[in-house]
Amino acid sequence: MSTAFLTSEVRKPIDPMLPHLATIQDVKPTAVGISMFSLVFADPEERANYRFQAGQFNMLYLPGAGEVAISLSSDPGQPEVLGHTIRDAGSVTRAIGRLKAGDVIGVRGPYGSAWPLNKTRGSNLVIVAGGIGLAPLRPVILSILRQRSAYGQVVLLYGARTPADLLYTDEFDQWRQGGIDVQVTVDLGEESWRGLVGVVPQLFYRIRIDHKKTAVMACGPEIMMRFVIYEALARRIPKDRIYISMERNMKCAVGFCGHCQFGPTFICKQGPVLNFAAIEPFFGKEDF
Amino acid sequence: MSASLPRVSASVAMPKGSLQQVFDNLRAAGYTLVGPTVRDSAIVLDEIDGLDDLPQGWTDEQQPAHYRLKKAPDNQYFSYGVGPHSWKQFLHPSRLRLFSVEKNNGSWTIRPSQEPPPRYAFIGVRACDVAAIGIQDRVLIGSEFRDPHYAARREQVFVLAVNCSHSGATCFCASMKTGPKVTGGFDLALTELPDIFLVEIGSEAGAEVLGDVPWEAATAFDLGRASRVIQRAERQDGRHMLTDDLPDVLYENLESPQWDEVATRCLSCANCTLVCPTCFCTTVEDVSNLRATSAERIRVADSCFNRDFSHVHGGNSRPTIRSRYRQWLTHKLASWIDQFGTSGCVGCGRCITWCPVGIEITEEVNAIRAKGGK
Repeated sequence: MSTAFLTSEVRKPIDPMLPHLATIQDVKPTAVGISMFSLVFADPEERANYRFQAGQFNMLYLPGAGEVAISLSSDPGQPEVLGHTIRDAGSVTRAIGRLKAGDVIGVRGPYGSAWPLNKTRGSNLVIVAGGIGLAPLRPVILSILRQRSAYGQVVLLYGARTPADLLYTDEFDQWRQGGIDVQVTVDLGEESWRGLVGVVPQLFYRIRIDHKKTAVMACGPEIMMRFVIYEALARRIPKDRIYISMERNMKCAVGFCGHCQFGPTFICKQGPVLNFAAIEPFFGKEDF
Repeated sequence: MSASLPRVSASVAMPKGSLQQVFDNLRAAGYTLVGPTVRDSAIVLDEIDGLDDLPQGWTDEQQPAHYRLKKAPDNQYFSYGVGPHSWKQFLHPSRLRLFSVEKNNGSWTIRPSQEPPPRYAFIGVRACDVAAIGIQDRVLIGSEFRDPHYAARREQVFVLAVNCSHSGATCFCASMKTGPKVTGGFDLALTELPDIFLVEIGSEAGAEVLGDVPWEAATAFDLGRASRVIQRAERQDGRHMLTDDLPDVLYENLESPQWDEVATRCLSCANCTLVCPTCFCTTVEDVSNLRATSAERIRVADSCFNRDFSHVHGGNSRPTIRSRYRQWLTHKLASWIDQFGTSGCVGCGRCITWCPVGIEITEEVNAIRAKGGK
């Protein structure tokens, strides 16, 4: 055997592409066309051993339909039930959208990097989300609420296209009572809307915060994140204290398929949560 | 003849006809032989039985968008340059069933592919392709996740390499420092001389296969002749890649007008990624029966030149040929180094020969340098 290039010992050939079976425990409509699916692993051992961090994602699979990368949006402190907030956006998510409690779904994960909840202890946090971009940040909020005193000022700047597109609105009061300043805006109001109208980055103008001790965590459309970064930098928040969660096409989530590359970064491995200082040379380049 | 067993790292001289005996020994050891053979007016890689299947007396003429077989002036077995195929089609097959699923009474049974991996002996692997296998090793089994399908094939492979005696007009292995001499990653390495094969033994497995084959210790004369053959091949390299500061030059020129210029010629056909021995991207196809009670997941080769490659809900992050060519070239020559500690290019020249419009990766790099002032 020519083993000159084989770098590590021969390991058990476990295929990282094989899903585990899980049962859908609950489907909760969360916004128009968006539901939260709560999943429980069928295998008791998998259920007992599975842990995840805020910001990570799973690959969800349906036979014949395919696989899709969906971030975990439930509390990392309760890893026995896995929440995924899913919008009907393509053929796989549409097939998942037809599932009911008791149905089976394939799950593998968790994959990817996490929001820096330890590194940012003691600092102020500006959490910025656009649309369904709040889903991977909900675990951050739930984690902070359990140890609120570990952080300084915590602000959530959240916006969606219309009021009907806002996620988790029934939880906002609880988050506010827990000590998080929740600021909400929509691009397009309607008659009954009494809140703010405008794009998310403008919410920066409504907060008073000591920016020197602040970190930003943002997830949403890339155009929104560009302007979030712009507002953060304008307030002299250092580049390496700005974290964004990015999205690219993914087929494997383990660095084999090549689809999710963003310059040197595999979004599935070094991402989805990325430090802005590390990706600045590539971020915002046209069609990159 | 052979007084004792040949040692690893020794070089021995072997009559040319004895290569058949090496093949027979490999087959007796359970290997399926894969090697070069003439088919469809090209030298391709396929299962072979013996010396008769090799492209003896054939060579090729390669230029951008040009490949022609022609009769070689000599009657050697390995006078050709690499063809459209590479070994990745055996180690990283373009179509592979990952698993099948049966649904019954609300539950699923998932069956991973159980076919035993083939045990291949690769015959005639050139230095650039040995390097390419090493690169795919890093990509597919060199990090925290390992592709078990690749690993199962790779761990069993026997590599019979061949040092190039001729380089083609699209070759640039010397500038990528991968060839034309094979320097590692082989079990046996041949240098073809008019009368003998000089055989370098790279592993115990190689020594074993050579066991009962008649051989003689290589003389200084043979070694000298072999090294001149390889030096000639190095001088013949028809293309040159200027690799100085290459990642930085490309990263600094992500908005170079050259990307627009090449996009007017590039057809985004994906030929370059098909023939590239290191390109590894895949996608997955899901097939099911009409009642959706059974399904399969099949991994198939994909290319960053395909439009759907970067599709996510709401759009495509690389909708233009400009952006896709830029992705391919900057990945191959720059970000690959950040990701895997090695360039993704081995200088085999296949992407130049098999590009239907003759785009030359070496020339594109030069043009980017020129327009970027470097």
